[in-house]
Amino acid sequence: MIKAILIFNNHGKPRLSKFYEHYTEDTEQQIIRETFHLVSKRDENVCNFLEGGLLIGGSDNKLIYRHYATLYFVFCVDSSESELGILDLIQVFVETLDKCFENVCELDLIFHMDKVHNILAEMVMGGMVLETNMSEIITQAEAQSKMEKSEICAFLSLCRPLSFSVPDRTGRRRPGLLELQHAPYRPSRT
Amino acid sequence: MALKIVKGSIDRMFDKNLQDLVRGIRNHKEDEAKYISTCIDEIKQELKQDNIAVKANAVCKLTYLQMLGYDVSWAAFNIVEVMSSSKFTYKRIGYLAASQCFHEGTDVIMLTTNQIRKDLSSPNQYDTGVALTGLSCFVTPDLARDLANDIMTLMSHTKPYIRKKAVLIMYKVFLKYPESLRPAFPRLKEKLEDPDPGVQSAAVNVICELARRNPKNYLSLAPLFFKLMTSSTNNWVLIKIIKLFGALTPLEPRLGKKLIEPLTNLIHSTSAMSLLYECVNTVIAVLISLSSGMPNHSASIQLCVQKLRILIEDSDQNLKYLGLLAMSKILKTHPKSVQSHKDLILQCLDDKDESIRLRALDLLYGMVSKKNLMEIVKKLMLHVDKAEGTTYRDELLTKIIDICSQSNYQYITNFEWYISILVELTRLEGTRHGHLIASQMLDVAIRVKAIRAFAVAQMATLLDNAHLLTGNTQRNGICEVLYAAAWICGEFAEHLEDPMLTLEAMLRPKVATLPGHIQAVYVQNAAKLFATVLQKHEGETDSQAAQETSQLLIDRLPLFVQSANLEVQERASCILQLVKYIQKLQQKNVEVAEEVTALFAGELNPVAPKAQKKVPIPEGLDLDAWINEPPSESESEDEKPKAVFAKEEPKHSRSRHTEVDEKELARRREARKQEQANNPFYIKASPSSQKVYDAPGVEHIPVVQIDLSVPLKVPGMPMSDQYVKLEEERRQKEKADKKKKEKKKKREKRGKGRKGDSGPESEEDITPAHHVDIVTEEMPENALPSDDDDKDPNDPHKALDIDLDKPLADSEKLPVRTHRPEVLKSPAEDRDDNTIPQETKKKSSKDKKEKKKDKEKDRKRSKEDKKKKKKHKDVEEELPESLPEEVVQSEETKEVAVPPTSADASDLDFWLSSAPVPPVAQVVTVSSSAAAATVDSSSAAAAESEPEELKDTEPDDTKSSKHKKKKQKKEKEEKEKKKKKRHHHHHHHHSDAGAEDSVQNGTVEDEEPLPPMSNYSLLAENSYIKMVCDIQGNHQDESKVVVSVIFENKSDSFLKSMEFNVLDSLNSKLQRPDGAGPHDGLTVPFQLPPGVSNEARFVFSVQSIVMPQKLKGTLTFIVKTDESSTHEKLDFKLHFTCTSYLITTPCYSDAYAKLLESGDLKGSSLRLEGVNMPFHHLLARICFHHHFSVVERIDSCASMYSRSIQGHHVCLLVKSSDQTVSIDAKCDEPSLLGNVLDEIKQTFSKC
Repeated sequence: MIKAILIFNNHGKPRLSKFYEHYTEDTEQQIIRETFHLVSKRDENVCNFLEGGLLIGGSDNKLIYRHYATLYFVFCVDSSESELGILDLIQVFVETLDKCFENVCELDLIFHMDKVHNILAEMVMGGMVLETNMSEIITQAEAQSKMEKSEICAFLSLCRPLSFSVPDRTGRRRPGLLELQHAPYRPSRT
Repeated sequence: MALKIVKGSIDRMFDKNLQDLVRGIRNHKEDEAKYISTCIDEIKQELKQDNIAVKANAVCKLTYLQMLGYDVSWAAFNIVEVMSSSKFTYKRIGYLAASQCFHEGTDVIMLTTNQIRKDLSSPNQYDTGVALTGLSCFVTPDLARDLANDIMTLMSHTKPYIRKKAVLIMYKVFLKYPESLRPAFPRLKEKLEDPDPGVQSAAVNVICELARRNPKNYLSLAPLFFKLMTSSTNNWVLIKIIKLFGALTPLEPRLGKKLIEPLTNLIHSTSAMSLLYECVNTVIAVLISLSSGMPNHSASIQLCVQKLRILIEDSDQNLKYLGLLAMSKILKTHPKSVQSHKDLILQCLDDKDESIRLRALDLLYGMVSKKNLMEIVKKLMLHVDKAEGTTYRDELLTKIIDICSQSNYQYITNFEWYISILVELTRLEGTRHGHLIASQMLDVAIRVKAIRAFAVAQMATLLDNAHLLTGNTQRNGICEVLYAAAWICGEFAEHLEDPMLTLEAMLRPKVATLPGHIQAVYVQNAAKLFATVLQKHEGETDSQAAQETSQLLIDRLPLFVQSANLEVQERASCILQLVKYIQKLQQKNVEVAEEVTALFAGELNPVAPKAQKKVPIPEGLDLDAWINEPPSESESEDEKPKAVFAKEEPKHSRSRHTEVDEKELARRREARKQEQANNPFYIKASPSSQKVYDAPGVEHIPVVQIDLSVPLKVPGMPMSDQYVKLEEERRQKEKADKKKKEKKKKREKRGKGRKGDSGPESEEDITPAHHVDIVTEEMPENALPSDDDDKDPNDPHKALDIDLDKPLADSEKLPVRTHRPEVLKSPAEDRDDNTIPQETKKKSSKDKKEKKKDKEKDRKRSKEDKKKKKKHKDVEEELPESLPEEVVQSEETKEVAVPPTSADASDLDFWLSSAPVPPVAQVVTVSSSAAAATVDSSSAAAAESEPEELKDTEPDDTKSSKHKKKKQKKEKEEKEKKKKKRHHHHHHHHSDAGAEDSVQNGTVEDEEPLPPMSNYSLLAENSYIKMVCDIQGNHQDESKVVVSVIFENKSDSFLKSMEFNVLDSLNSKLQRPDGAGPHDGLTVPFQLPPGVSNEARFVFSVQSIVMPQKLKGTLTFIVKTDESSTHEKLDFKLHFTCTSYLITTPCYSDAYAKLLESGDLKGSSLRLEGVNMPFHHLLARICFHHHFSVVERIDSCASMYSRSIQGHHVCLLVKSSDQTVSIDAKCDEPSLLGNVLDEIKQTFSKC
C-alpha cells in the first residue's frame, strides 16, 4: 500500500499532497515538514530509500523518493510495495506529467494542482497502484480533459477561455523537470 | 433564466479562479496568512451563490488551501453539492475535494450514499470512475455496506477501465465492511483471469494485499498464482505475486519447493532489477521456510548470495541498499553464507549513505564471532565518536549492545572489556538509550559473578562522577545508568574498596536533582552501603568511623525525606529512622552490624522477563474478587513498582567527561606512569577521546577515562581498546602455551581463575578470560507455556481473517438496496446474488423420484445378493486381502515420509504434492506403474478374447461344466480387477513422496474391511428370467462400451433361443455382426437350464459420451417345459450412465498436478451430507462404482482420477469431515462432469 504521495520543492513548499489515510490538516503539514527535513538533507548520490519517518505508519513504512530539478517526489509505502517498482512508478508519473503538460516544470504543478491530482488518480487509487502503463494513463486523462473542455465551452463560451498553460512571463524557455533531473534515471525494469 | 445564467457567468468573470489564487498567494509572500483569510472570505461568499460553476470554482480553491494546511471541513456540505452536479467537470472537482478532506468523522458523508450510487451506475464511464476514485479515499463502514453490492456489480462491467477501479476499491470495502469479503471473493478470484491486464493486475493487487495480512486463508489460491506467475509477462503483476509467495511459503514449505525452480529461472532470465530482487527475496523466504535439511538447496543460497553481492557492489546506491536488506534476511538462517562476504559489509559501514550504514549494521549482528567481536565493536565505537546525528548514534549504540549481548553473551570472552565498553557508552550525549546501557550493566553484574568486583569498581567511579552524567541539560536519558550503578554498588558492596567514599557520593545534595526512581534506588542502596561500612568497622576498638557514617546519613537523608517523590520520601524516612536508632545503639556500644546486614542478606537472582506472566494461578484463587470490600480511593497504594525503569523522563545531563578531581588525578598519574611502560596503547586512547569531547569550558579537564580507584590486576587502564590488544596478546600466549603443553590447559593470566566457558567453545578455540558463570534467568515452578499473542487487536486486517473456502451461507449475502435500507434481510430478491456460488439445495423432484427408484432397486438387489452369494464371496475375500499389502507398501515409503499437514487439505495439497519426488521413490513409481500397465493390458486382452470364446460356444448339453468354466473365468476377471486396483494403491503409495502416507501408516490397520460391492445392477426381471448388467468402457476403442449381462434362469424350465435386441438411438448403437439389419436382435450364445445363470457381452458404439442415455430393449426367449414351449419376452431399459464411459486409469501425482495447473479443466463441486461411512470405504466406492483411481490420499482428503473412453480427464478432490463429504471436481467437459457428479451423488444417496 502507498500511504501518501507528496510533492514539494527544494524549500519544502508543498506542491501536491495525497494522503491515503486520514490525518488532520496539522498532522499533514507536520508530516510534510518532517519528510522534507529527512529528504532534503540527503546528498544527491545516496540511495532513494529512507526509513524512520516517524509520523506515518511506523517501522513497516519507507519513504521512497526522487529528486527532479526543483521538486521532490516522495512516496510513503509499506512493505508490500517493491522498492524498485515504486521508483519506476515515480518515473512513470513524472514522465506522464511531462507529456500532459508538455515539458513539465514546477510552475505547472503550482498552478494546476487539480490536474496533477487527476493524473495521479489514474495511476494510484486509494493507495494501490491502478495503472502503470503510461499511454493508458495519458489516454484516460486526456479523454477526461476533453470532456471537461467540451462542457466548459458549451456552457461558458461567454467567459474568458480557461488557460491551461501557464503564461511564460519571462519569455525564457522553461527547463523541464526531466531535463534538470540530477541523477540520470536508470530504468530498472524493461 | 437565460439572463440568470449570463449574470452568473459575468459574476464569475470577476471571481478568482485557482490560478489567480495561487498567483495571489505568491505575490503576497509577506502577509500570506492575511491574504488567504480574505480569500477564504471570498470563497464563503461564492459558496453562498446558486451558480454551481461558482461553487465548483470555490471548492477547487479550497482544495488548494487544504493542501496548505487550512481546515476546510466547514465547506463539506458545499463539496457534496458540487459532487452532485450533473457536469463531469464540477463533479470531478467535488470528488477531488471530498477525497482530500472527507473522513469517517465527516457527518455529511451519509448524504452522499445515493449520489454515489447514481454516479456508479452512470452511463458515462468517467462519472463512475471519478466516483470510484473519490470513494476509495473516503469510504466509511456505512458507505461500504450500502455500496458493496453496487461495486460488486461493477466488477463485471463491460469497460475494463471501470472493472479495474471496481476491483481495486473492493479492498477498501473489505477493510471497512469485512462481511463483504466472502460474498465478493469468488468474483474477485475470477478477475485474476480477466482478459484485460489492468484488471488482472488490480485483482492481483487486492488479493496480495489481503493475503499479506492473513496469508493462511489464501493458500488455496497458490496454484492459480503459480499459473499466473509462469504465464504473466507484466512485471508489476509478477512482482506482486512473487512478493505474495514470499508471504505464503512460511505457511507451506511444500509450496517453497515448487517455487524454487521457476524463481531460479526468473533470476537467471530477467533483466529487470526489480523483478530479480523480488525473486531473490522470495527464494530467501523459501529457504528460510524449508528446514536446513535440504542439502540440495545450498545452490540456491549461493545463487542468492551471489546476486546480492552483485547488487551490493553496484554503484547504484539503491541496489546496494536493497542488497544489504535482503542479505540480512539470509543471515538469520544461513549465517555462514553471508559471513564469507564480511569484507563487503564492513566496507559498507563506511559508506557515506546513512541508510546503507544502518543496513550494514543489521548484518554485523550475524558476522561476529569470539574472534572478531572486539575488533568489530572497536570499529563501531569509532563510528559512535564520528556520528553526527543522534538517530544514527543511538542506532549504533543499540547495535553494539545487541551484538555483544546476543545469545547470552556468547561471543564475549572478556567481560571486563564489555563493562568498559558500556562505561564508555555512557559518555554519549543525548542518547535515548540510557536505560538500555543500564540494564546491560545490571544484567552482566548479576549474571557474571566473576566480573562483579570489576563492575562494582567501575560503577563506583561512575557514581563518583555522577555530576558529569547528569550535567545541566534536560535532554538525555543517560542518567539511567546511575540507577544501575547505584544498585550494583549497593548490592555487591562487599567488593567495594572504599564503601565510605561511594556512600558519600550517593548522598550528595546534587542527587536530589535526579529523577525520582533513581533517587529511590540511591537511598535504598545507601542503606546497603551503610550496612557494609558498619560490618567493616565491626570489631574495631574505635567505633569512630562507624559513628561518622551514621552521622553522615542522618545529616544527608532529610534532604530526601523532603522529596516530592513518594517512593523516595518513604524510603528515606524509613531509613533515617533506622539509622537514628542504630546511632543510639552505637552510642551504647552495642554491636549492630550483623543485624543491619541481615536486612539486606540473601542473593538476588535474575528473573526471566516473562516469569511473572507464567506463574500459574493457583486453583481456587479468584484474582478479581475483593479481598476486603473496596476502601476509599485515597487508601490505594501509591507505590509504582514498575515506574522504576519504564518511565522515560527528560533527564538532566551534560556531556560525559571523565573528570577526576585533582588529588585523585595526581595519584593516578603516578600509577599510570608506572604502567605506561607495559602499556603502549594508553597514548593511543586519549587523543581520540579528546577530539570528540571538546565542549567549551571543559578543555582543561584531563580526558582520562581511567579513574579506577580499585587496584586492578590488569596492567594498564580499563579502556576497551586496550582490552582488544590485551586480549590478542592473551590469545596468542594461550596459543603458544597450548602448543607447548599440548593438552594441559593452563590459563593464568591476570590471576583470575579461568576455566573453560560453560558453553561450547568456538571453532577458533578461544578461551574466555573469565570464568563465565552465567546465571540463568529464573522461572517460576510449573510455569505455563506462554502463547503470547502479539497481534494488535486494533489492526483492521484482523477482521478480514476470514475463511474463504467455506461455502457461503444465505445470511452472508451482500446487503442490497431495498426500499428501506435498514431492513437488510431480504437479499434473495437480488439477481446479482444468484451469481454468487452458494450451497445450492437442488433437490428437485426428479432426484427424489430417482431416489425412490434406487431404493427399490436396492431392495431387489439385496435379494439378488443372497442368491449370488458365491460370487460375492470372492469379492469379500479379495478386499481384506488387499489391505495388509497396502500396509506393507506404505511402510516401504516411510523413509521419505514428511509430517502431514492440517486436515483441511484441499486442491492445494494435490497441487503441492507434485513437488519434486525424491529419486528413490520415483524409481519405485515407475516400476509399479509398469506393473500396473502390464496387468492392464493382460486384462484387456482377456476381455477381448472373451467375446470370441462366446461366439465359439455352441449350445451344448454339458451346460453345467460350461457354466463352471464361465464362472471360473468370471472369478479370474474379478481378481484381475482387484489386482489392478491394488496396483493403483501401490502407485498411490509410491508416487506422492510418502508425504501423506505417514498418516495412513497409523490408520490403515484400524480401518474396517470394505463391505462387498457390486457394479451389476438390475436390468429387468420377470418370473422366468432375471437380467443384471454392468456397463464398462472399452479400453481399446474410444467409442465402444461393453455391456455384460448376466442372465439367470429363475424358473424350473429350460430357457433357450434367447435373443437380445436394443432399439438403437442416434448416439448409441448395438454392434451387430456384419450383414445383420439395424433392427435384428443378437442371439445370446447359450441356453439356461433351471436355476443357472450365465453372462453374455454386448458391444455398443457410442458417439457422444457427455450425457447419460437410456436405450430400450427386449429379450425374447423360449421357455421349454417338458410339455410345451412358449415364447416369452422381457422389456428392459439399458441405462448408459456417464460413469460407464469412464475407465479406471492410473495417474501419477506429478502428471496430475500438471493437468490441474494447465487450466484447461472446468470445475464443479458436489456436497454430500450425512455420509456415514469410513473415508476409505467412500473412496473404495467411488473407485469401484465410478471407475476412479486414487492419486493420493491425505487424512480425510483424496485426489482421484479417471479418464473417459474418449480421453476426457476427470479429477476429483474428495474431502470428508464429520458426515459431510465435499467433492470438488474438474474435467475438460463440464456436462460430462456434471453428470458424473450426479451419479456419484446417487451412489451415496443409496448408502
